[in-house]
Amino acid sequence: MPEVEDTSPPLLELRDLRKSYGDKIKTEVLHGINLSFGSGEFTAIIGPSGSGKSTLLNQIGLLDRPTSGSVLVQGKKTEDLSEEELTTLRGRTLGFIFQFHHLISALTVTENVLMPLWLSGLRDREVAEKAAKEALAHVGLEEKAHVRADELSGGQQQRVAIARALIHHPAIILADEPTGNLDSKTADSVFSLMRRFNAELGTTFLIVTHDPRMAERCDRVIRIEDGVVASDSWRPKGG
Amino acid sequence: MDLAWFLALKFLKEYRAQSLLTISAVAVGVSVMIFLSALISGLQGSLIRQTLGSQAHITVQPAEEVARPQLEGPGLMRRIEQPEQRFLSIEGWQSTSNRLRRDPGVVEVAAGVSGNASALRGSAERPVIVYGFDPDEFNRVIDVRSRVVAGRHEPSGSEVLIGVELARDLGIGVGDQVRLRTQTASETLVTVAGLFDLGSQQVNQRWAILSLRGAQSLLALPGGANIFFIRVHKIFDAEKIAQRMEAQTGLLVDSWMKTNQQLLVALKSQSSSSYTIQFFVFLAVAMGIASVLVVSVVQRTREIGILRAMGIKRSTIFMLFVMQGAVIGLSGSIVGAFMGSGLASMFARIAKAPDGSPTFPVDLTPNLFLAAAGAATITGMPARRAARLDPVEAIRHA
Repeated sequence: MPEVEDTSPPLLELRDLRKSYGDKIKTEVLHGINLSFGSGEFTAIIGPSGSGKSTLLNQIGLLDRPTSGSVLVQGKKTEDLSEEELTTLRGRTLGFIFQFHHLISALTVTENVLMPLWLSGLRDREVAEKAAKEALAHVGLEEKAHVRADELSGGQQQRVAIARALIHHPAIILADEPTGNLDSKTADSVFSLMRRFNAELGTTFLIVTHDPRMAERCDRVIRIEDGVVASDSWRPKGG
Repeated sequence: MDLAWFLALKFLKEYRAQSLLTISAVAVGVSVMIFLSALISGLQGSLIRQTLGSQAHITVQPAEEVARPQLEGPGLMRRIEQPEQRFLSIEGWQSTSNRLRRDPGVVEVAAGVSGNASALRGSAERPVIVYGFDPDEFNRVIDVRSRVVAGRHEPSGSEVLIGVELARDLGIGVGDQVRLRTQTASETLVTVAGLFDLGSQQVNQRWAILSLRGAQSLLALPGGANIFFIRVHKIFDAEKIAQRMEAQTGLLVDSWMKTNQQLLVALKSQSSSSYTIQFFVFLAVAMGIASVLVVSVVQRTREIGILRAMGIKRSTIFMLFVMQGAVIGLSGSIVGAFMGSGLASMFARIAKAPDGSPTFPVDLTPNLFLAAAGAATITGMPARRAARLDPVEAIRHA
């Protein structure tokens, strides 16, 4: 894929991205990251705790602004966007899966899954409900559609979170330790689910993980150490 | 907007006990406010009614006589003596009365005569003010008719209505005779036709109401009138109208507001102390709501973070919390209004004014909606905090 002759801009690009924290004493966490991600990639971001991978994910997810450098989404710079525009762009392009599933406990499973669609301005009830049904069917939770989110098990909640991340067909899904607090069997099924959506829908996945076994099963592994890209390797196809 | 509503209601429902508790707190606060304002305005209303029960809203009398110096000019030494005030008729009183009646603020003008006299019976003598009016006009200004406690309410030519206190002082009752003597020593013997109780000791002691004819002849003002009693539509416009009339007619015009300044000052300070209490109750209510929302923002931090990550706008988060505050404020206010007015009408049933009218006419002022709107505004503070939450921080918040 790096060799593909493609003149169109990459889906997501980081150019000399730096991020520091603190007002008086500046601590630079990311020291000039250059990366680009294409359509349909399934990438793991690994690295020890404190290496800056979560900070990197927040930058990619447009949740936080870099100190310098840029994040380009489909070739468009994002640093000049207003808070409002950034929020809209984030809602349209990105889906999130977090370690602690982060469902809205006051809402039912369906309402949780529909949230990204509502946020993108969809008001057609029928279309929305059909989409929710489909998304829940994909993750095998149709029968839980009208249960309140906090009545599900951890694995079920994470599957709902995946359905929610997928429902509006974002170009990129960012997953922060998506299987971090699941037992290995459930973690496995959640991971397989993500792989399946990657293959079926061509959605790009960026997964931050500690789990080396999970990283092994990704197509590309980026290792972050001390705020720089220590290695960026592609797993041979079919290997 | 509808998303903010949807989430606001869901959030309120999730922590139902917390929401209900807050709504009850608001209800109690608002009911205190409502009850207090009903109490105060009821009390004030009955005080004013009592005061005006024996008093015309506006009284018009001839201008005071002043001595005019016959010589004018500089370097002249002179001393002007205050002349004695005689009973004089208002010149052209019919046309003046008609003119005053045309004032848009006026309900009724009663033209009549009044003057000082003494009531004598045996060795007892009491100072009185003699009034003589057309009975229909008079009763439309001051309702004596319904306050007559014994005898008839309309005195004929040689009859008089007196107050219950005067009757006691003189030891007389209906059917007894009493002598009235003016300062100019003109005298008449009249029969007591009825006794009235206008709720004011002074009036009950001093008023002697004759027929118009009878009073005119006693006071040596045949066919004349030296006083107008006026009733106006809006009692608090009385002073304004009185001033207008004084400028128009050159007569001496006094409103009840001028003759009862102390009462008005008392009412005003009563009102302002009630407003102060209400303000602090309101503040407590609003702070209660705000504090619950502050807690709620903390409870919801992670959820706000995920919503922000998914692309919810800051303004929607802001609205979401303001709406929670508004729902709590409004529903609490409505419940509180019912509680407060229930309390007030219960009190009204227990405490009736001396004349039987309720002491607390419950008036539901727009306070209620003010409270809700104010609560929503004050809750803007935690709402803004929620909207400002950094999604990264919020999501990390465990």
